[in-house]
Amino acid sequence: MSEATKQDPKTAGKDARPVKLACRNVWKLFGSNAASFIRQRDGKASTAEVTAAGLVGAVRAVDLEIRQGEIFIIMGLSGSGKSTLVRCMSRLIEPTHGKVEFEGKDLLKISDAALIELRRHRMGMVFQNFALLPHLNVLENIAFPLGIQGQDRPTREARAREVIELVGLRGREHFYPRELSGGQQQRVGIARSLATKPEVWFLDEPFSALDPLIRREMQDELMRLQTMLHKTIVFITHDFDEAIRLADRIAIMKDGEVIQIGTPEELVVNPATDYVAEFTRDVHRAKVISARSLMRACDGSEHGGTVAPDARISSFSADIVAAGKPFAVVNGTGKPIGEVTPQAVIDLLAGIERPRAGT
Amino acid sequence: MTVTASATATRPPVQRWLAIWALALAAVLVVFLLRDSVPWAVNYPTEAVIPIADWVSALMRWIKSNFSWLTRSITAVLGVPLDFALNLLAKNFKIGHGADMIVLPRLSWIGVCAAAYLAGRAAGGWKLGALVGGCFLYIALFGQWTSAMLTLGLISIAVPFCIVTGLFVGIWAWRKPWAEKLVISPALDLMQTIPTFAYLIPMLLLFGNSPVSAMIATAIFATPPMVRATMLGLSRVPSEIDDFSEMAGCTARQKLWKVLLPSARPTLMVGVNQVIMLALNMVIIASMIGAGGLGYDVLLALRALKVGEAMEAGLAIVALAIALDRLSQAIAHKQAKGGVHQEAGQNFWRRYPNLTLAVAILAITTLLGLFVPALAALPKAMTLTTAPLWKAAVNWITLNFFDMIEAFRVALILNVLNPVRAFCEGFPWLGAVFLLGLAGYQLSGLRLAALVAALTAFCAVTGLWEKTMATVYLCGISAFIACLIGIPVGLMAARSDRFEKIVTPVIDTLQVLPSFCFIIPVVMLFRVGDVTAMIATVAFAVVPAIRYTNLGIRQVPPALIEAAKVSGCTPRQTFFRVQLPLALPEIMLGVNQTILMALAMIIICAMVGTRDLGQEVFIALSKADAGRGIVAGLAIAFIGIVADRLFNAWTAKARARLG
Repeated sequence: MSEATKQDPKTAGKDARPVKLACRNVWKLFGSNAASFIRQRDGKASTAEVTAAGLVGAVRAVDLEIRQGEIFIIMGLSGSGKSTLVRCMSRLIEPTHGKVEFEGKDLLKISDAALIELRRHRMGMVFQNFALLPHLNVLENIAFPLGIQGQDRPTREARAREVIELVGLRGREHFYPRELSGGQQQRVGIARSLATKPEVWFLDEPFSALDPLIRREMQDELMRLQTMLHKTIVFITHDFDEAIRLADRIAIMKDGEVIQIGTPEELVVNPATDYVAEFTRDVHRAKVISARSLMRACDGSEHGGTVAPDARISSFSADIVAAGKPFAVVNGTGKPIGEVTPQAVIDLLAGIERPRAGT
Repeated sequence: MTVTASATATRPPVQRWLAIWALALAAVLVVFLLRDSVPWAVNYPTEAVIPIADWVSALMRWIKSNFSWLTRSITAVLGVPLDFALNLLAKNFKIGHGADMIVLPRLSWIGVCAAAYLAGRAAGGWKLGALVGGCFLYIALFGQWTSAMLTLGLISIAVPFCIVTGLFVGIWAWRKPWAEKLVISPALDLMQTIPTFAYLIPMLLLFGNSPVSAMIATAIFATPPMVRATMLGLSRVPSEIDDFSEMAGCTARQKLWKVLLPSARPTLMVGVNQVIMLALNMVIIASMIGAGGLGYDVLLALRALKVGEAMEAGLAIVALAIALDRLSQAIAHKQAKGGVHQEAGQNFWRRYPNLTLAVAILAITTLLGLFVPALAALPKAMTLTTAPLWKAAVNWITLNFFDMIEAFRVALILNVLNPVRAFCEGFPWLGAVFLLGLAGYQLSGLRLAALVAALTAFCAVTGLWEKTMATVYLCGISAFIACLIGIPVGLMAARSDRFEKIVTPVIDTLQVLPSFCFIIPVVMLFRVGDVTAMIATVAFAVVPAIRYTNLGIRQVPPALIEAAKVSGCTPRQTFFRVQLPLALPEIMLGVNQTILMALAMIIICAMVGTRDLGQEVFIALSKADAGRGIVAGLAIAFIGIVADRLFNAWTAKARARLG
């Protein structure tokens, strides 16, 4: 388990972006004397010890680093502690033990005033059930966090109109939440959290309450916004497909522990445990796995085309099968580093496991 | 698995409890039979009575003599808005004295009716507007305008006072769980079980016979639901909204006032509706200590046995009650649904058309009233009176059905009321303490047993045992009959949608009426006495029995009924084996409410000559004897609390068994 929690050295080394938000051995235990329990053990305790002490471990020994500008997804089933973890990161819940670092500063040590300041200007959050204020209309809801900061009405309403434009809700400014559909309500929630121009954006199962078609539409919308805004996103979901669609990296949680962190491809290719493998089993692999993972050393046969190492198999599967010849995998300078055969692509699409040629 | 396990495990205790109860009853029966040899166990010895009443009186005297500066300043401060409201609605403003006196008129009756219509229309469409406006028009046409406006004026000052107080107390309770548990919840329970009369006595002593003391009594009586609604509303705000306010960077104050309270608005409005209705009920009763208004009219008419006049004023109360209830409910309902966007109006007039219109109409009609007297006060010639009609009706009934009614009355007294009364009044106090304590122990444990026994003993050691049992007897019979009528009606309503449609508006209206109103028609037919008290109480207390029974049966999950049908139950079996057992906790809750309402009503029936604790309070009120009144009031409250706790424990047990 501890090995699996460690980051893949390859990805960790490759990503040079600064760490925006980090959890260092974060624990959240429920029960009496939870704090002294974990302090006495110096931040280490096994499942059995926690249970024996009559405590419930909602979040246990979580270590993770979220880099600036990435979409970091925390995935787990209900009761896995993902919601508690994200609330520890934003200090909505006080962790029992450990550190939460925001740009290297321990969030748990700052004063209430500093925390309020931080939340007002640098953090935003979107909620599963939207959490819109029923007595305010769309414009007022979106302008609300700005009003809290003390901005005057014209300033905050001008900014609110900007984000309304951004999420495509123009013309609905004066509607009340109950007059909107679920998707529209969540657009309001998104707009509201963006109004303050936050750096870190927490999305707590933002699309789980929406029906599947709307969910897809909103996922696309999120990707569109992210290409414009480049926020650091912490996204909670219980839907692995959603995680794969959106994530730069995914942390999988079970029973309060993070059991694996990695890119979607890493999770699919190298699941750390059977539990992770169970999730990845039904994933549309061609959409996740890149040419790099499927390539083998060139054996001198003729190539029908070239692909980039990071290209997803699904992006060229039809071409390679039609061509009937291996494609060369070329790096940035155009030098071939390997090849992908049509047979390997067909096997992958058909779900046939064969020992892969090593990378 | 657990079911069979617990069934086998609990059988021996059940048998043991049966044996214990048999023994206990036998012991009490022995005491009952040997009453002459153990008189101290039957009637609490007079020489051992603890003079709590005297202590309370002394305390009140002390407060009165040492804090008169405080009570006087409170009276003065509260008098200002109250006088303003009363002058505005009912009395005209009089500035200066004698010849220089300038009289500014009160609001014109036509204007108020129009404003009532507009308020109704804004809250719930033209139908509600017509109802509310119609109620006010009725009051005006039947010549009750001034009295009704006095009552309304008192309410309009007392209600905001209750709302603000209730809001702050509720917030405090929500913030500090220890305060809620230790101070507020017990205080609320007591405030809601102490009979209305008992509030009046200390107010009378401290603030004198004036509208201000009536207003304070009203405010104290009507505040609890607002406190409860605030606590409930705040605790019901979704946790995500709470989280959102944190993430938006709200300070604690911003969070409470800008996020939590507005989000709790629907629940708060339900509290406001209850506050208004309780305030109306209390203002009527507080007419005994100087509230004036409709209640005073009823009181005067009842004392003089002028049934016609009493009925007229009573109907005006009904009209006012219905108008206020429907209006505040419609507003609460609107709040619960949430806002609807409208074209953003720029000026005040566009944004609040109804309010502007109402103010304009009030101003214009009132000003015109200076020149056209008919607008200021409805001319006598235009008013209708039904008093002679009612009188004639009563005379006719008495003339034609006197024998029948009298036979019914006498039979009821001789065959039912008197024997039960004799049994209750002769019941040994020690036996009651013992049996109730035992019940408490079986249902919940030692703590409930101690509480129940102590509260019951209080009634005895203060020397009020016989009167307590007289109250228990009348309350018990009335509640029993109310359940006997209410539960079958509720069952029928649950089984037939059509019947429910007929019953619902009836019980809605019954529930809205102030308790006073129930006495009037019954007194007309049965004169004063226990029978009248009983019938009025049954009519007043039948509502929860019907409502909860209907609700309980209807909320049995349809899946369970389908399951029963699929397993081949006949409709009869489905009803008796599935619906009824599952609805039982809910029905018991209704029975509990019925008992508490019966208790409240029985006390008010002291006005029609019962001989129980209510009469004790009533006499104390007329003699301004604080100790006597408060102790009797507490005894009544304790009866209510004992019944309530035992029933709740029972219901909780039944609920736990159903899972």
